Amino acid sequence: MALLQISEPGKSTMPHEHRRVIGIDLGTTNSLVASVISGSPTILNLNNKSNLLPSVIHYSKDNILVGNDAKKLLSKDPKNTISSVKRLIGKTIGDINKDNFPLNLEDGDGVINIKTSIGIKNPIEVSAEILKSLRTVAEKKLGGELMGAVVTVPAYFDDAQRQATKDACQLSGLNILRLINEPTAAAVAYGLDKKSMGHFVIFDLGGGTFDVSILNLTKGLFEVLSTHGNANLGGDDFDQAIVNFLSHKYKLNIKDIEIQSTISILAKEIKESLSNNKEVEVLKVINGKEIQETFTREQFKTLVDDLIKQTIEATKSALNDAKLSTDEIDGIIMVGGSTRMPCIQEAVKSFFKQDLLNDLNPDEVVALGAAIQANILAGNGQEDLLLLDVTPLSLGIETMGSIVERIIPRNTTLPVAMAQEFTTYQDGQTAMSIHVVQGERELVDDCRSLAKFTLRKIPPMVAGAAKIKVTFQVDTDGLLSVSAEETTTNVKASIEVKPSYGLSEDKIKTMLQSSYDLAEEDKNSRILAEAKVDANQLIELTQKALDTDKDLLTESELSQIKNGLKDLINALNSSNKDKIKEATKKLNSQSEPFAAKRMDRSIQKALTGKSINKLEL
Amino acid sequence: MSISLTEKAAKRAKRYLDSRGKGVGLKFGVKTTGCSGMAYILEFVDEVSPEDQVFESHGIKILVDPKSLIYIDGTELDFVKEGVNEGFQFNNPNVKDSCGCGESFTV
Repeated sequence: MALLQISEPGKSTMPHEHRRVIGIDLGTTNSLVASVISGSPTILNLNNKSNLLPSVIHYSKDNILVGNDAKKLLSKDPKNTISSVKRLIGKTIGDINKDNFPLNLEDGDGVINIKTSIGIKNPIEVSAEILKSLRTVAEKKLGGELMGAVVTVPAYFDDAQRQATKDACQLSGLNILRLINEPTAAAVAYGLDKKSMGHFVIFDLGGGTFDVSILNLTKGLFEVLSTHGNANLGGDDFDQAIVNFLSHKYKLNIKDIEIQSTISILAKEIKESLSNNKEVEVLKVINGKEIQETFTREQFKTLVDDLIKQTIEATKSALNDAKLSTDEIDGIIMVGGSTRMPCIQEAVKSFFKQDLLNDLNPDEVVALGAAIQANILAGNGQEDLLLLDVTPLSLGIETMGSIVERIIPRNTTLPVAMAQEFTTYQDGQTAMSIHVVQGERELVDDCRSLAKFTLRKIPPMVAGAAKIKVTFQVDTDGLLSVSAEETTTNVKASIEVKPSYGLSEDKIKTMLQSSYDLAEEDKNSRILAEAKVDANQLIELTQKALDTDKDLLTESELSQIKNGLKDLINALNSSNKDKIKEATKKLNSQSEPFAAKRMDRSIQKALTGKSINKLEL
Repeated sequence: MSISLTEKAAKRAKRYLDSRGKGVGLKFGVKTTGCSGMAYILEFVDEVSPEDQVFESHGIKILVDPKSLIYIDGTELDFVKEGVNEGFQFNNPNVKDSCGCGESFTV
């Protein structure tokens, strides 16, 4: 007998059309799965024990362990126990520092290969194991096959990381309804989408990562205005502050793995206990040394003051990027277990001078929001909600002179399609190479190359006659497809950009920063490159014209043009933009009468031998 | 004419209504569809229609439209757990036959 859930008025599903959908928070440290059951977003707990599935996988000949069972083996079998795989997904070996991972990592043709005792695994396969585990739980709890899932990703995830996450879903057998940004999911969980408008801050301090995002809500639409953070700042660093304090004071050797692990657990206990109590008494013997301490909240705050400041600084930067001040913020949502720390709450509260939204369990907020969104997408809910995300960096193509022509600017809301028309550079050009780049700098070399493809079979025409429309489209998952079409003949070519490697948040930050720092320099390089392109084109045209129609010129005209040409070539070699421009201008005006004469000749040619009534005028 | 809830079902329904934050009760009904003729409707109710029959069981209002009532008169709604799967079940004395999955039925 099938079991029923209570539906919203008028939303009863047809038999066999129960749309079981879930929301998944695929976290760096822990993952969760939730679903809307009889109208209530509910975390589906795992084996009636915990709601959190540690994002840890252990591979061995006999089996694959996921979650707590795998976590227990972290120190015992570190090479075959994979944690924090979210830091590897969608990246290449060049993007990461291998020393930060206790794993055997290798370059695997665009992905990172993880060498385990049962063979090579990649981050997509590892993530798929976590998803599979959550999927199994959900299918058991909901009593049947799932129609689909909404999976959350950090707002700063780039195309490669999003695509890799999607691939992992597919591999796990989940039908992915949509990827949504974690901060947006948190806002949905608090029902902010029911408000008409406002600016919201999502402050997400997890176990190992920190993100702060500013969302703009207008008429039920969310848009990520800006995001900041630190991929290597989280609750673990707060533990470490206590570890450092204790090991220094009691001269404990934290290089000893056993001592380190004992003291780390103790530190975590102290930290968590201070979230509920004003002070904590510690009495413990570690390695024969008696540790006796009374920790107060104030003392803890002093130890972690630096970390707190970092989070506030990032929040300030996010506000700056969004061009907002603290009094323009209508709500602050606290996400991530580490936001339970009173010192964090106080710091954020006093920075914004307003109360925080923190009554939902900060560990569960993102998964709950994803479940609500999944329910809406499946058509089980009442109202529709559109979620808008933005492009983290500008997207464009390479044009002559290695200049970047921006097609979709940074922070454009998704989904988006933008087109721009380009043309051929040379007479009879039959192919055009489209080089897709990402970044804020003016020259291709300073941006990130995403993909290259060639539009062929352009009919031969004079330079500038072909009309090539290049369309960039980014879908709601942030995936880019680029197409190029010669519009007079409908010759087409397109590419789905699945960038082979990803960008770290730091790299995005550096790319942005350098585009600000080097803005002036970039402008000059661009002007120089453009001047060179113009000059080269003029030289080529002039030379071609001289080859065919030299006889139209008088001796003095010819020598004048030849001189102009020589000057321009010299100027080009100087790489001085002003000189090039000036010489280009000069040659242009010098060759003007020549151009007029050539025009006359070609008209004459066209008319010769034709009677007046056969001319199509 | 009677429609009722088991205590377990009432408790669950109350919890869902509370967390939903609005709603006057539950709506029971049938619609003609499915592989075996008819399927149940189980929904929250925000507004009572004048033609609805109103029942009350363990403090929960149940509304049934008169057309549906003839098919489900005497039904008791239960809340059951099957392994980890849990949900509501119609115990309907009028049912003669139901399809394999139990999602639709004939009277």
